[in-house]
Amino acid sequence: MSQLALDRLKATFGDAILETHSDFGDETAVVRPESWLAICRFLRQDPALQFDMMSDLCGVDYPDRVPRMEVVAHLYSLSRRHRIRVKTRIGDAELGTCELDSVTSVWRTADWLERETYDMSGVLFRGHPDLRRILMYPEFVGHPLRKDYPAQKAQPLLEYRTEEEAGLTLEKQAPFGPDEGMSFGRRTFTRSEEN
Amino acid sequence: MEPIDLDLEESELELPAEPMRLNMGPSHPAMHGTVRMVIELSGETIDKVDVQIGYLHRGFEKMCERGTWAQVFPYADRLNYVSPMLNNVGYALAVEKLCNISVPDRCQWYRMGLGELARISDHLTCTGAMAMELGAFTPFLWFIKARDMIWDILEEETGARLTHSFGRIGGMAAPPTPKFKEMVRASLKKVLGILEEGEKMLLKNRIFIDRLEKVGVISQEDAISLGWTGPCLRATGVSYDVRKAHPYLKYDEVEFEVPVGQRGDTMDRFLVRLAEIRQSALILEQVCQRMADDGPVNVDDPRVMMPPKDQVYNTIEATIQHFKLVMEGAKIPKGEVYSYTEGGNGELGFYLVSDGSGTPYRVRIRPPCFSVVGGVAQLIQGGMLSDVVPIFGSVNMIGGECDH
Repeated sequence: MSQLALDRLKATFGDAILETHSDFGDETAVVRPESWLAICRFLRQDPALQFDMMSDLCGVDYPDRVPRMEVVAHLYSLSRRHRIRVKTRIGDAELGTCELDSVTSVWRTADWLERETYDMSGVLFRGHPDLRRILMYPEFVGHPLRKDYPAQKAQPLLEYRTEEEAGLTLEKQAPFGPDEGMSFGRRTFTRSEEN
Repeated sequence: MEPIDLDLEESELELPAEPMRLNMGPSHPAMHGTVRMVIELSGETIDKVDVQIGYLHRGFEKMCERGTWAQVFPYADRLNYVSPMLNNVGYALAVEKLCNISVPDRCQWYRMGLGELARISDHLTCTGAMAMELGAFTPFLWFIKARDMIWDILEEETGARLTHSFGRIGGMAAPPTPKFKEMVRASLKKVLGILEEGEKMLLKNRIFIDRLEKVGVISQEDAISLGWTGPCLRATGVSYDVRKAHPYLKYDEVEFEVPVGQRGDTMDRFLVRLAEIRQSALILEQVCQRMADDGPVNVDDPRVMMPPKDQVYNTIEATIQHFKLVMEGAKIPKGEVYSYTEGGNGELGFYLVSDGSGTPYRVRIRPPCFSVVGGVAQLIQGGMLSDVVPIFGSVNMIGGECDH
């Protein structure tokens, strides 16, 4: 279906395309992380390919491999009606550095998808405008979809903190203070308190 | 009469000019799901908004890595809990693509029939709830009445109203009941009648129309770049429906149209959903005509299918097979696959990685709402606070799938 895309990629980028396959009818290209942004931009802009929609982006952790983390993007072209899967492998055995260029400038949906990949797999996207957790809360430690994150691990409950204490504005926080939300605990203002 | 604020200073009379921070959600009666919006208001106009999801995160993908392939079905149900059958079938198709099996014709028709029923219930809920959030409570009750008729069919077929867990790798949990077609035909008539009544109440209501028209407009380019699919994308005029563009099951053998909007506003999203209900009804009629009354539903493949119960109790081979399928799970061939179907809100994708064992190595879901909700901030910014409710109602955020 998108053999054309694989051919064009190989012709244009040569060595940067590490391997390709078409298992189960899904055309896949594994690319060098250094060329990630350039390849994504090419796939989006090439008139014969026009992958104008990023369907999905996720990280897959292979703890036995080096590079350990695989970042997988699924692209779709609405005008050409074809698909491709682009993968890249990054990170050392301990995932001390696990960085990749952000493609938010190519597809706007990459904004949230990269935030999710960062949150769940711990991939740092260079150049992302607002890289913070999206599904978990800021104090969450670790990245749950890494294979070495124990599935049954519990993290401590958080104390309520104000926006100033958290040092973060517009961030996820407990919606009510301890004295809010319940009628018996609601703060009642008196004249003297106001003055 | 004396003004009451006579003794106040002039400066005290001025309204505060700095922007106001408003927290909408995570549990707000006019919001469609558990989502929080931090809104910065100047007056009634929204300057800045931050949409925060994740309040319904349950670690779906992590949970899937702990059980067998078949044990994902109940989790898949709980992704989009308004149309669970579509998720079930979507996941089943993904695993079947990995195993390279194709289910018998009768099962394909059956899956389509149940899927379209689920789609109708999804759209009825979305449009009904959106109307209710705008104050039109009666149409909501009308639509829920119609949805209940559909749920009655699904209950008769699957045994559960909401979380069916009815899909299986290589088939369905049970064949269609003898009354299936009769029930579908009888209910469809009633559902379409109710739909028309409910629609009349809304589309002749000036207030309702004024609150939807030209509100939350998005251009085609923006919608595509934001990864929108489903009714929200089609409302902008892009005719992309997975069922038409890349037919799966028997969608290439039925006749139906893909309704599209023109302006991409809230009204178009509302109308596209209503039109899709009618198209789903058309498909259902064809399913009733074409689905065979007898024949196998499940694929005859001992790798993935459970043997019949009487054989499990009476033959040693079937006992062993049953034991291995339950304890170790079906061994799915090594590889990776991305399978996509049209869910209630758009393209529902599953990216599966198998290491050849009975447990999924990685299950990644591509929930249609996630991208759509990612674009909501753009629709809301610059608009009025009261427009948040219809806009958010029309994108139909389902917390379960959006938050994984």
